[in-house]
This record gives sequence, C-alpha cells and structure tokens, in this order.
Amino acid sequence: MAAVHIAPNIEPRADAGKPVPKAEARRLSFYYGAFRALKDLDLVVHENRVTALIGPSGCGKSTFLRCFNRMHDLYPGNRYEGEIRLYPDDTNLLAAGVDPIEVRMRLSMVFQKPNPFPKSIFENVAYGLRVRGERSRRVLGDKVEEALNGAALWSEVKDRLDDLAFNLSGGQQQRLCIARALATDPEILLFDEPTSALDPIATASIEELITDLKKKVTILIVTHNMQQAARVSDYTAYMYLGELIEVGRTDELFIKPKNKQTEDYITGRFG
Amino acid sequence: MPNARDLVAIRALIASHKRWDMLFGVVGLVALMIGVLTFVALFADMAIDGIPRLNWDFLTSFPSRKPAQAGILSAWVGTALVMLVTAFFAVPLGVAAGLYLEEYAPKNWMTDIIEINITNLAGVPSIVYGLLALGLFVYQFGLGHSVLAAGLTLALLILPVVIVATREAIRSIPQGIREGAYALGGTQWQVCKDHIIPYSMPGILTGVIIGMARAIGETAPIITIGALTFIAFLPAPPLKLEPPFVSFDWLFSGFTVMPIQMFNWTSRPEAAFLQNAAAAGFVLVIMTLAMNGFAIYLRYRLRKNIKW
Repeated sequence: MAAVHIAPNIEPRADAGKPVPKAEARRLSFYYGAFRALKDLDLVVHENRVTALIGPSGCGKSTFLRCFNRMHDLYPGNRYEGEIRLYPDDTNLLAAGVDPIEVRMRLSMVFQKPNPFPKSIFENVAYGLRVRGERSRRVLGDKVEEALNGAALWSEVKDRLDDLAFNLSGGQQQRLCIARALATDPEILLFDEPTSALDPIATASIEELITDLKKKVTILIVTHNMQQAARVSDYTAYMYLGELIEVGRTDELFIKPKNKQTEDYITGRFG
Repeated sequence: MPNARDLVAIRALIASHKRWDMLFGVVGLVALMIGVLTFVALFADMAIDGIPRLNWDFLTSFPSRKPAQAGILSAWVGTALVMLVTAFFAVPLGVAAGLYLEEYAPKNWMTDIIEINITNLAGVPSIVYGLLALGLFVYQFGLGHSVLAAGLTLALLILPVVIVATREAIRSIPQGIREGAYALGGTQWQVCKDHIIPYSMPGILTGVIIGMARAIGETAPIITIGALTFIAFLPAPPLKLEPPFVSFDWLFSGFTVMPIQMFNWTSRPEAAFLQNAAAAGFVLVIMTLAMNGFAIYLRYRLRKNIKW
C-alpha cells in the first residue's frame, strides 16, 4: 500500500497583516450524555496565529478543544451540535459523514501530561507516519529529523534516537510529543494545557517553541495560566461555565476587557 | 509548641499504636511461613524420596511392570505436547476475547452479563470441563482420546484465566497513551496492534502462565476424556524425512500425562512404585517451576520498557 499523506492545506495563505480564518466554531454545543457542557460557542481560529482558551477549571475549555479533533467520539454518550468549519475546504469537522480519523489526521494534539509511547524516540515521532502507511526508512528518517528540529529537540536526542522515550526529562518528553504531533504536517496544532505538568524552565522552552511554531501551523491552546496566554497568544477567548464570555485580540483583551466577568478573572478577583 | 507533658502523652500514644504494627508484622510473617514452609516441606519430602530414583533412564524409559525399569518418557512427552496444544489455542482465543471486551465491545448489559459469566467460568470444577470435552471433542467432533482433545479441554479450562488477565493488563494502560495514539489518526485496530497488545503483553503472559501451571497439574478432566494410564509408545514425531516433512499425526495419538502416571504409580502396592511417583512428582514440579521462571524472565524483559 502506498503511503497516504493527508496534509493538503499547510501552505500559509495569510500575509503578515491580515488574519485569515483557518477554523470556525459555529453555535457549537456539546453534551456529555444529558449534560450540556458547551453552550452555543462561536469562535474563529486564525491561520498562523495562536489562539488561547482561558477560564477557570471546569469551564469547558478542554472539552471545547477536544471537539476539534473529535476526541469525544472515543467515548459513548457524547454528542455534538453545531459546526466546526475547517478552511479553506470548508469541511464541517463534526458532520456525521466526516470520519473522525480523517479529522485527527488533519489536526494534531498535544496533551496535558506528556504521553510518549513506551517505544524509542524515533518510533514515537514516526508513529503518525506509520499510521499513514509510510514504510520508507529514508522518508521516515527525514520526517523524524524535521519534526524533532521543529520541536527544538533534535540536538538533544540526535545521538540516541533508539533510546526509550521514557528516559527523557518531563520537558523533553513534552517536546517529543510536540514533534510527534508535528511529524504529520497538521493544519492545526491543539495544545491542552501543555505545560501544567512541567517546571518553569521546561515551560519557558515550550512557550518559546509555540511562538516559533505559529509561522508554520495554526495553534489553539488551552491554558489555565493567564500569563501564559498573554505571553504566547495573539487571540484569547475567555470561557465560563461552558459559555464563551469574550473573544478578542490578546493585547486588547488583557488590557481593556469589555466584559466585567473577564476583567474579574484576568485581574485575579475570581477564578 | 506543645509542652513537655503533651509530648509524653503523644509518645505514649505513638508507642501504643506501634504495638499494632509489630503485631501485624508477626501475624503476617506467620501466615506467609505457613504457606512457604508447607510447600518447602512437601517439596523436600518428595525430593528426598524421588531424587535417588532420578537418572537418565528414568526420563527415557516407558512405564513398566518392573518398578526399577519404569520411566516417564511417555508421560513427560505427553504433558509437553498437551501443554503446547493448550497454549496454542488458549492464548490467541483468550487475548482476542479480552481485547474485544475491553477495547471494542460497547459497554452495556450484554457485556456485563458476559463479563460475569467469564468470571464464573474460572470457578467451574475442572471435572465439568472434562465431561463437556468428552461429549463434545471426543465423541461429537470425533477427536478420540487424543492429545488434541486433551489440549483443547485444558485450553477451555484456562481460557477464563487468560481473558481476565488480558483485560486486567489492558486496563492498566493509561488512557493518555490510548488517546495519544488515536489523536495521530490511528484506527482501533492500529491502536490495538501497535500499542494495546504490546503494552499489555507482560500482564497477559502472567495470566497465561498461571493458567498453564494450573493445566499442567490437572488430572480429572484428562482422565475423563480417556487418557491412557499405561502407554509404551510415543506419539508420531512432528517432523519426518519425506515430504511434506511435517506431520500432525501426533495430535490424534493416544497419550498420558505426568499427573496420571503419578496417580497410577501411587495406587500400586509396591513401595518402589511410590518412589517412582515421588520422582515423577519432582520432575513435574521442576517443569512447572521452569515454566514460571521463563514467564518471569519474559515479563521482566518486556516490562523493562514500560513505566507507568
């Protein structure tokens, strides 16, 4: 079987100034059984920009993020309403006819806790390509190197690609997971509180990486850390109890929030 | 800052609590020793009786009416072949069933009932399996009193153990690993074959060995399906010189196994046969220990790469 590459839309279309929408949630609601966890969310994710989702614990920001790659399909009793449109092909990712596997091949995810597989560093990064049927040792080698470079990990691991991923430090493991997500040329990279299990130094290196990565890929990040949102993101969305309270450019939202609730949260009076 | 009086009281309290620590330490040690020493005593007794009788001829001779010439060749070969058949059927079936239940099956009342039934199956007396196998494998399927019928019977017997062990092992894999694999676009089968099965292998192996160790000593179902007690031939060899070079005739051969050989000897009046039985028992225990040892080694090897 020939290798299949599903990465048709990675060429940046945005010129420096004008943001182009890459994905858009429209009246998105999500149900865990009968519980409505997300309520009519509307959000535009701009291409080659970092969009941060912030809000207190339990506000639904991770639930929202996990709608984008249909992670909720893995568990019974979950239901989506509304749409998430992916551009430029204008596919509704939540449509019944769209295979969640296809969605996950287009959007990659980095999880809260580093979750490398108990395999070698090389095999961890190569796994997404193997899933796509890539067998060529040369192609795999090139892609793995490229992805590890992209995740700023290559120089640290290039001499021990066959070592177990578990032997890396926590921060390195998380960068390995980023490399694993990058190796398949995703259109959007989803980060679910990627630094919450890391120390401040490892956190700083991940944040730096995120800022770098947006040149190549659109990023949607969930963070419980407002300073992090302020540092890395171009757009910020504040969520509370399953609703989107305010969305805006990060520099505007943090300096002059329009909504009183947002202001209370980002000034630390609440949350 | 507590005053000196309080400290005295606190120390007395701690000392009285620690007496329970001590007490349980002693009770636990005694409980452990009852188990360990019983095994050691039994094993030592058998070894003392049996080892003088052990020699190359004992392992390479067929049973005989003369105790000094009798050996366990047909018994250990039979046991080895039956175990081979058992593992061949029980492992793939058990792993597939466990994997299906854990990863594929929808969680509803049907799977709940199946789950309860599997747990119950593990407690069904082995003689019942023997009777079932006699009717089904020996007569219905016409397999006769063969190695194959015995292997299938024991496979059935240990299937629940393998299924339960597989499920436990699969459940111990963190959800994050599963999600990580799915997030890269893996299908259910890709995730199972590349992750779930390899990572649960150590646990599955443990279950397989526990099951095999039970099966190797089983006597009742084997007698029920009609194993021979006195047999002076070996099943046909699996390899032969003329094409197609492999032969499965041994599967349909009559056989005996170690526990039956032992049972046969212990029921004889001559004391020399009792010594033979002890020697055979010693060999059987060594076979079991060797199997366990191999499993522990494999588990250690596979487990080395997995930390969670």
